[in-house]
Amino acid sequence: MSSTVSTDAPEAGPVTRPDTGGMASRVRRKLATRTASIISIIIALIWTIPTFGLFVSSLRPENDIKTTGWWTFFKHPTMTLDNYNEVVFGTSASSGRLASYFINSLVITVPAVLFSVSLAAMAAYALSQLNFRGRDWIFIGVFALQIVPLQMALIPLLKMLNHYTEWGGGFFAVWFAHTCFGLPLGVFLLHNFMAELPKELFEAARVDGAGPAMTFRRIVIPLITPALASFTIFQFLWIWNDLLIALVFTSGPGSRPLTVRLAELAGTRGNDWQRLTSGAFVSMIIPLIVFLSLQRYFVRGLLAGGVKG
Amino acid sequence: MDYDFSEDVAKIWPALMFMAGFVVVVGALMFVLDILPRWGRHKERLQAMGFLGPALVLLCLGLLYPLIRTVYLSFFNADGSSFIGVDNYTWIFTNDDTLLMLRNTLFWVVCVPLLSTGFGLLYAVLVDKARGEGIAKSLIFLPMAISLVGASIIWKFIYAYREADQEQIGLLNQILIWLGGKPQQFLSTSPGNTFYMIVMLVWIQAGFAMVILSAAIKAIPAEIVEAARLDGANPWQMFWRVTMPSIRPAVVVVTVTITIATLKVFDIVRTSTGGQFKSSVLAFEMYTQAFRSYDDGKGSALAVLLFVLVIPVVVYQARQLRHRTEIR
Repeated sequence: MSSTVSTDAPEAGPVTRPDTGGMASRVRRKLATRTASIISIIIALIWTIPTFGLFVSSLRPENDIKTTGWWTFFKHPTMTLDNYNEVVFGTSASSGRLASYFINSLVITVPAVLFSVSLAAMAAYALSQLNFRGRDWIFIGVFALQIVPLQMALIPLLKMLNHYTEWGGGFFAVWFAHTCFGLPLGVFLLHNFMAELPKELFEAARVDGAGPAMTFRRIVIPLITPALASFTIFQFLWIWNDLLIALVFTSGPGSRPLTVRLAELAGTRGNDWQRLTSGAFVSMIIPLIVFLSLQRYFVRGLLAGGVKG
Repeated sequence: MDYDFSEDVAKIWPALMFMAGFVVVVGALMFVLDILPRWGRHKERLQAMGFLGPALVLLCLGLLYPLIRTVYLSFFNADGSSFIGVDNYTWIFTNDDTLLMLRNTLFWVVCVPLLSTGFGLLYAVLVDKARGEGIAKSLIFLPMAISLVGASIIWKFIYAYREADQEQIGLLNQILIWLGGKPQQFLSTSPGNTFYMIVMLVWIQAGFAMVILSAAIKAIPAEIVEAARLDGANPWQMFWRVTMPSIRPAVVVVTVTITIATLKVFDIVRTSTGGQFKSSVLAFEMYTQAFRSYDDGKGSALAVLLFVLVIPVVVYQARQLRHRTEIR
């Protein structure tokens, strides 16, 4: 994998002018780029080996995983998909039953993302383009809520939502919590994008007789699609990967997501190594696909200040 | 061994119903707002409330009210029935276990931002303009897509321990043995376990730091770099005299963001050690008190403490960045 990282590439470094330095400085510069390459390769290796090791392990038979290290795989390669099969489709109490939890994760994530992205976009529109008294104060309030750790909300919110445990097939509470917690960041990010749209656009729409709702649908939404994509990816990854909110607001195998199940398997004192290896990869599939295919939007969102508390 | 999908279909229907309901309600709201302008005075205010209202209601119900309520609860006993003043807070600062937990939190908050920003910056500088930069960056960045639970499992395998007479299955212990050492129980000996878990979070956050800092480095005007090079600056001088001053605001933002994320670290501790072996941290203790021991008072007090610790960090960032704009 890491062999694709730049290896010895002195010419890829900054172009040196042949007439400014002498022979000595050219050699020194060449050495500097070489050292730089070596250090960066070492870092890249350290960063990839853990995941690579787990991936190799997940393909080894149970007995091998429990008795020898994954690096011995290259001496005696025996491959199997049993771990994946068992952890995903197995139905005995001790097996992962991850297929079911996978669906829970989807059922939690998709609606929560839909709710929070739509409501955040609407609120951001009001705060950036409509005029009303107290607008700036409300924006400052929403902005300030971003720094509040969600731990501050958990205890009272759980008490409030306790009456609605049956709603939405047991998922209502967790949707509600994720939607609320995603709003401050979403409103802030989308507001920043919308505030930069040219004023003339809105003037023109008004002159043409379009009301705010139509302007929102026909002009704002198409123009901020990249920002919406960024925030959608954030929310998606965040909700899919979340453990804390899922622990607090869901209960039982009927509604708990993959992360909770994996944490459970990890807590069984190492008897489930083979399930853990494959289980971890099953939980990573969706976020990795989302991430790799939409990395551009993700990075853009990060640069715009999109970091969730 | 065979999984039956039909049992799970029942879970999907309510979700679809709620989503359909949501779309219908929002659509109806849009329709009402569309015909609203013909209704005369106060229309702009009504319009705004139509767009802002739902989010505002949710923020008040889901964040603002719980926030106030948590502060209030922190002065009450476990079930909220009697007022006990600041007892919950004195408990945090006088009990041995909680003091240990605060010490661990301090280790985390000092190490993770420093190391993540350090590695991220080093890597961003090293691969800048190098061949294969995109792939090189993706490798470091990828852990950001993985859940903290998944990351903990990945590292559990690195740290795995077997008795010295058995063959090791964890890479780190195997390396120790190759070097002639003895296998260590990395995750169950304090205070080392805190640092081994810190490594996991650094592994994740360095990618974030690298992306932001790399973008900042690329935004340095080419003339400045060229001028420094013509003056004969070596890479070392180049970094400290040109790169560092230019990307300072980005470094502040990255460090502050990682600090706040580190204060709230929960998943890693819960998955790796379960808070055992003296490895608990603030956010983990908050969860345990509130949702395992059902002590709302102590849980709330810990949450308030977490909030209080975030504030100076945010203030620092605000002051640093304002200072910066004044200079410009």
